[in-house]
Amino acid sequence: MVESTYLSMALTGALILGQILLVTIPLLLAVAMLTYAERKVIGAIQLRKGPNVVGPFGLFQPFADALKLLTKETIVPTGANRIVFMMAPMLTLLLSLVAWAVIPFDAGWVIADINVGILYLFAISSLGVYGIIMAGWASNSKYAFLGAMRSAAQMVSYEVSIGFVIITVLLCVGSLNLSDIVNAQKNMWFFIPLFPMFVIFFVSALAETNRSPFDLPEGESEIVAGYFVEYSSMSFAMFFLGEYAAMILMSGMTAILFLGGWLPPFDIVPFNWIPGIVWFALKTALCLFVFLWVRATMPRYRYDQLMRLGWKIFLPFSLFWVVATAGVLMATGWIPR
Amino acid sequence: MLAAIVFYVFSAILVASAAMVIVARNPVHSVLFLILCFFNAAGLFVLMGAEFLAMILVVVYVGAVAVLFLFVVMMLDVDFVKLREGFARYLPVGAAVGLVLAAELVFVLAPWAFSASVPEAISMPIPDPGEIHNTKALGLVLYTDYAYLFQAAGLVLLVAMVGAIVLTLRDREGVKRQSIARQVARTRGEGVETVSVKSREGVDV
Repeated sequence: MVESTYLSMALTGALILGQILLVTIPLLLAVAMLTYAERKVIGAIQLRKGPNVVGPFGLFQPFADALKLLTKETIVPTGANRIVFMMAPMLTLLLSLVAWAVIPFDAGWVIADINVGILYLFAISSLGVYGIIMAGWASNSKYAFLGAMRSAAQMVSYEVSIGFVIITVLLCVGSLNLSDIVNAQKNMWFFIPLFPMFVIFFVSALAETNRSPFDLPEGESEIVAGYFVEYSSMSFAMFFLGEYAAMILMSGMTAILFLGGWLPPFDIVPFNWIPGIVWFALKTALCLFVFLWVRATMPRYRYDQLMRLGWKIFLPFSLFWVVATAGVLMATGWIPR
Repeated sequence: MLAAIVFYVFSAILVASAAMVIVARNPVHSVLFLILCFFNAAGLFVLMGAEFLAMILVVVYVGAVAVLFLFVVMMLDVDFVKLREGFARYLPVGAAVGLVLAAELVFVLAPWAFSASVPEAISMPIPDPGEIHNTKALGLVLYTDYAYLFQAAGLVLLVAMVGAIVLTLRDREGVKRQSIARQVARTRGEGVETVSVKSREGVDV
C-alpha cells in the first residue's frame, strides 16, 4: 500500500518533469530561432542578407553564437557584489521560464491550469525588473547603474497600464483562468471590440520587455549597453535568453488575451482541421514579427517622452476604457456571471 | 503530509529571511531578503487556498513597493559605521516598540484562539471554497458590503499620494521642458523668418 503511494508520487513527479521539459526545450529552441529571425528580418528590411554562412540559410548561426559564448571567460569585475552579480542573470532566465507554467497551448494543454492564471503572469512579468536592477547595482559601474534605474522606472510605469488592460479583458470574461479567457473568445476575438486596449497592451509589452523603441535601459548610444555592460560569456547569454523568452511570453500573452489563443479564426472546415497549437504558434509568431518590425522602423524614445506616454496618455486612457467597458457591460446586461 | 513539509519549509525560510532583513550589513541585501520574505508569505497563502491574496501580495509588494525600496536604498549613500554607532542608544526604544507590537498581537490572537465562538468565527467569512473561487468571494464582499470602506481606503491613498507630490514638487527656473501643445500650436509665421541678405554683409538674428 505504502509502496504504491510512493510509486504514484514518483510517477506524478516524472510526469510533471516531462511536461516541464516538453515546454522548456521547444521554448529555448524558439529563442534561438528568434535571434536568427530577428537578424534575417532586420536584414531584409535594411536590404541586407543577414546571417547566411553557418548551415543552410545560416540556420545554425544561433548555435554557433551560443557555442562561442560558452567558450568565453566569465569575468566578474572588481568591486562587484559577487553573489548578487551572478544571481541577476539566473533570476532573469528563471522568471522568463516559470511564467510558461500557466500558458495554455491548446485546449487542456497546460502544465498548471490555476484559477488566477493571468494574475500569475502579471506577477511574474512585474518581477522581471529585479534581474535588471540587481545586475545594475551589483556591477559597480555607472553605465550599468544608470541602465538599471531607467529600467526600474520604465517597467513600473508601464505595468500600470498593462494591469488596466488585463482588467478590461477580465471584465469581458468573468474569470482569471487563461483557458476561460480563450474560450470566451469563441465568437469574437477580443482585439475587435477592445482594439484600443490591444494597441496599448502591445506597446506596453514593448516597454515591459525593454525592446525598441523603449530600449533605454540598454541605450547603446548613451550608456554603452546599460545594465549588462559588465557581463560576459554565459552570464551574458542568460540575460539574452531571458530577454528573448520574455518577448515570446509577451507575444503569447497578446495571443491569449486578444487573438483567441489556440482558436482558429473561423470555426469552419479547412481552419479547424489545423491543431490549436499551430494557431497559437502562428499568432505568437505574428506578434513577434511585429516586435522585430518595430525595432527596424522606430527610433528610440527620449526618456521624458517615454514617461509622458506611460503616465499621461496610456494610464488615463486605459482607466477611462475600464470604466467605459464596465458601464457598457452593466448597461447591456452582457456582463458574464 | 506533503502540505505540512511544504508549510514548514516556507515558514522556516520566511522566519530566517525576516531575521536576515535586520541582521544583514548591506541595506540592499536587506531589501533582497525582504523580497524573499514576501515570496514565502505568498507561498503560505497559496497553501491555505488563498491564491488571489498570494498573487496580489507578489504584484503589489514585490512588483511595486519593494522595487521602490530598492531604488531608494541603492541611491542613498549610507555610512555603515555611523549607522552602527547609535545601536546601543536606540536599542531600548526599538525593544519597547517591538514589545508593544508583540503585546498587541497577543491581545488580538488570544481571544481568537480561546473564545468559545472560534469554530463559527473561522467558518464565517468564507462561503464554501468548493463552490466559489476566493477571487470572486472577495469581490462580492468588497464591492457590496464594504464598498464605502473600500472607497475610503482609496481616498486615504490618494491623499498620501497628493501629499508626497506637494512636498517634492517645485518649479525650477531655466529648465528646458517639452510642451507638445505649444509645439503643435506653432505656426509657420512664428517659426520661420525670411531675410534677404545683402551680399557680403551677413545678418543679425
